[in-house]
Amino acid sequence: MTYRDKTQVLDEVTLDRALTRIAHEIVEQAQSVDEVALVGIKTRGETLAERIAQKIEAIEAVKPPVGALDITLYRDDLGLKAEQPQVRSTEINFSVKGRIVVLVDDVLFTGRTIRAAMDALMDFGRPRIIRLAVLVDRGHRELPIRPDYIGKNLPTSRREIVAVMLREHDGIDRVVIREPED
Amino acid sequence: MAWKRKDLLSMQDLDAAEIGDLLDTAETMKEIAGREIKKVPTLRGKTVVNLFYEASTRTRTSFEIAGKWLSADVINFSVSGSSAEKGESLLDTAKNIEAMSPDVVVVRHKASGAPALLARHLNCAVVNAGDGAHEHPTQALLDLLTIREKKGHLDGLHVTIVGDVAHSRVARSNIQGMKTMGMTVTVAGPPTLIPAACENLGVVVSHRLEEAIAHADVIMMLRLQHERMQGGFIPSVREYSRVWGLTVARLQQCRPEVLIMHPGPVNRGVELSPEVADGPYSVILDQVKNGVAVRMAVLYLLTGSKATT
Repeated sequence: MTYRDKTQVLDEVTLDRALTRIAHEIVEQAQSVDEVALVGIKTRGETLAERIAQKIEAIEAVKPPVGALDITLYRDDLGLKAEQPQVRSTEINFSVKGRIVVLVDDVLFTGRTIRAAMDALMDFGRPRIIRLAVLVDRGHRELPIRPDYIGKNLPTSRREIVAVMLREHDGIDRVVIREPED
Repeated sequence: MAWKRKDLLSMQDLDAAEIGDLLDTAETMKEIAGREIKKVPTLRGKTVVNLFYEASTRTRTSFEIAGKWLSADVINFSVSGSSAEKGESLLDTAKNIEAMSPDVVVVRHKASGAPALLARHLNCAVVNAGDGAHEHPTQALLDLLTIREKKGHLDGLHVTIVGDVAHSRVARSNIQGMKTMGMTVTVAGPPTLIPAACENLGVVVSHRLEEAIAHADVIMMLRLQHERMQGGFIPSVREYSRVWGLTVARLQQCRPEVLIMHPGPVNRGVELSPEVADGPYSVILDQVKNGVAVRMAVLYLLTGSKATT
């Protein structure tokens, strides 16, 4: 199936503003920024986590540690596909014990990725609090999961795709909704 | 990623892309070994049976740890005290084990081709953990992972394998894998321990250790099995050690960044002097560590494969 762009929902400027607001909200809600750590879900969540960390540093002069999580080994659909998905590396080089860990992902959809990410994170220790930051919340949850920080609420139909493009991967910052061509 | 195989039987079967996928997956598995809680839920509810007809501590333990870190249930079926001693055939034993619905059977057997035979008859995945003098693919994969990790690449590297190549499944699997990955392989040893027509595998044969190791990026020393002396392949262990043992003096003639490997268990003072085995160029313990990661990758990829016999 091929897809065509339907609407652009964020451009370079509005995407950056959304991340700036999320950074401020994280700082505001945390008692102390020293407790905060960001863990991005591979691959674009990792990039977003790094950008948010830089924004927090600009506000508070302290850069929270940033980790990256690959949730492949924790998926609930392993064995349902024709072949195993590729496992990528997880890099969390700090202790999560007692910290406020903010999970960062690009799009929140069914919630299954976040369920897997929380299980994975627990295997690294016991964070004091886990919060969730997403650039886009597109709805259609299948699990009782709710984000704490949202860049953009975006009602979508299930047949559409939300494509997040980031400079570091795609050479451009933008978010578009795509629909099937038929 | 496109792993399509039901079984892992030999390095000869695998192409460069498949070996690359396996090594990439193994590399990511290494991170789990460094965690406080060394367990991921990936293979929950899967059963791995270790079916070992030959003595093995390292390989069996390595598969066992690999399975357990991935949350599989691992059952060790050792042959002593089992039905094999009562005269049950390999195939009958395997059929009985299959009736208990394992997902993977890891088999080591003294007969070349035993794992391939099982793979044809069983619906579950079969991993060759060493069959006779044929192949030991996970050993070759862990060796390749160790080399790639230390050197940053495989292509174009020169490897010299020293010792009893004729009886070594480790050597055979490594030669196959290394040739596929674009490496140059020299084998060196006394003529009695180098197989006839070895050149057909695409390797250079040398009968002088100094000449064989002078330009090597990697030197792989093979274990000298003590039975070989009784078999009349070498005059004495002392003579073998003097001519073919890797000592500090010989190491000084090698390339400065050379890696020293050994599949274990080491005969200290025979093929490797203790100073070399424990020295700065030795990566023997890295090999063991990588063994677990490689076997995790193999179990992960095989349990997802929908291919059937």
